[in-house]
Amino acid sequence: MIIKEGLKYSKEHEWVRVEDGEAYVGITDYAQNALGDVVFVELPEIGAGLNAGDSLGVVESVKAASDVYTPVAGTVIKVNQELTENPGKINESPYEAWIAVIKLSDPSQLDELMDEKEYKEFCSKEG
Amino acid sequence: MKRTVLHETHSGLGAKMAEFAGWLLPTWYSGIIEEHERVRKAAGIFDVSHMGEIMAEGPDAGEFIQKLVTNNIENMKTGRARYSPMCYPNGGTVDDILIYKLSDTKYLLVVNAANTEKDFNWMKSMACGRTEIKDVSGEYALLAVQGPRAVHILKKMTDFPLESMKPFDFVGSVPVAGVDCMLSRTGYTGEDGFELFVSPWDAKQLWDKILEEGKDEGLVPAGLGARDTLRLEAAMPLYGHELSEDITPLEAGLERFVKFDKGDFTGRDALLKQKEEGLSRQLTGFEMLDSGIPRNGHRVQVGDEVIGFVTSGSFIPTMKKNVGMALLKRKYCKMGTEIEVVVRNKTLKARITKLPFYTRKGE
Repeated sequence: MIIKEGLKYSKEHEWVRVEDGEAYVGITDYAQNALGDVVFVELPEIGAGLNAGDSLGVVESVKAASDVYTPVAGTVIKVNQELTENPGKINESPYEAWIAVIKLSDPSQLDELMDEKEYKEFCSKEG
Repeated sequence: MKRTVLHETHSGLGAKMAEFAGWLLPTWYSGIIEEHERVRKAAGIFDVSHMGEIMAEGPDAGEFIQKLVTNNIENMKTGRARYSPMCYPNGGTVDDILIYKLSDTKYLLVVNAANTEKDFNWMKSMACGRTEIKDVSGEYALLAVQGPRAVHILKKMTDFPLESMKPFDFVGSVPVAGVDCMLSRTGYTGEDGFELFVSPWDAKQLWDKILEEGKDEGLVPAGLGARDTLRLEAAMPLYGHELSEDITPLEAGLERFVKFDKGDFTGRDALLKQKEEGLSRQLTGFEMLDSGIPRNGHRVQVGDEVIGFVTSGSFIPTMKKNVGMALLKRKYCKMGTEIEVVVRNKTLKARITKLPFYTRKGE
């Protein structure tokens, strides 16, 4: 399982990468591996205002649909249309397959997320 | 949660396990799409030991089953298996089962895992004459080897002339890789293939041997995920989805397995009445026009009118489309009719198509 350095991680297995107050959000290698072949991604709407914990979209494997939650609050300013055409990218390279970019409304929420070390330990406990 | 005797073997192969019908079973090993494609092009091996087995034995066993199920077993020969729905008096479906005729007085009934206990109790309550009914599920592990290369793989492991077996033929006792099996040319994937009933003690030896011998032919272990997409492409019903206590075999499009002319059977009056009055709803296939995946239970509508619900739906790997089966008001079941599937509060366009989605070449 790959856990990338420099990202923030949530207990729901989302990753966050911050660039200039904008947060790229995707799902982790652990999450994609647990889901299996991703065949459909439902993206959020641009302009949507989200609280931490709100649904950021849906990732569907062959078997089932799973919600993706945003770990940080803010406004959706970009969505990754490439995933509509190629949802399997989430399996191939989960840390490049960002789902949406959120303009952070409360950057302090980032402190509540795990760093790669903490996330690694968290995953090992999940089994 | 129950585990099959091969549980450790699946874990060792890196299987993702999930609960199904009270059993912890492998959902996939390498991935559902990969396993699905291998079964269509080469072969896959499935552990389906969760299936239930019920033995009906005695001088009146044949007569008992003839009254119990909707298909006709009167002309059935020993060494043949037959598929049949089994109904309540009101026409609702108790289960859909495979009937293996071991002799004139002995039949093995293979039932859905989730229904084993219910079926057993139902059969006991319906028993007539000299028929002993026993739940023998614990005596069998069941492996399914499915796909166009299945016959070639198993041929390496037995002297028995497998090519001479027609679909739904079986042999009660034949050695495969030195393991005594009941071997049948049956399956649930829409491909050629075999199912091997073995003692739980022998299951691991046989599983390992088939994996080893099959490797060069492209065989992989396949999980319940692929089993589900394979059967969906082939439009085979799954109890609890296309069939239930509230869905009759006629509504599920299984009239060819309901033999009104065979004499009395449980559910006959209700089913005949339904047939004569005309079905108000019917199982039909559809494919999505908008992007989105239909799932069991999703509402189907046309404008303001609710016309039914999705029974099964998925992305299907062979056609790479999102499709489903749905139980719909009959007047909307015409090919090409546009319908709407409600997926997470969004109304998505879909179109009625013919079933099955996939037919094996040469059929």
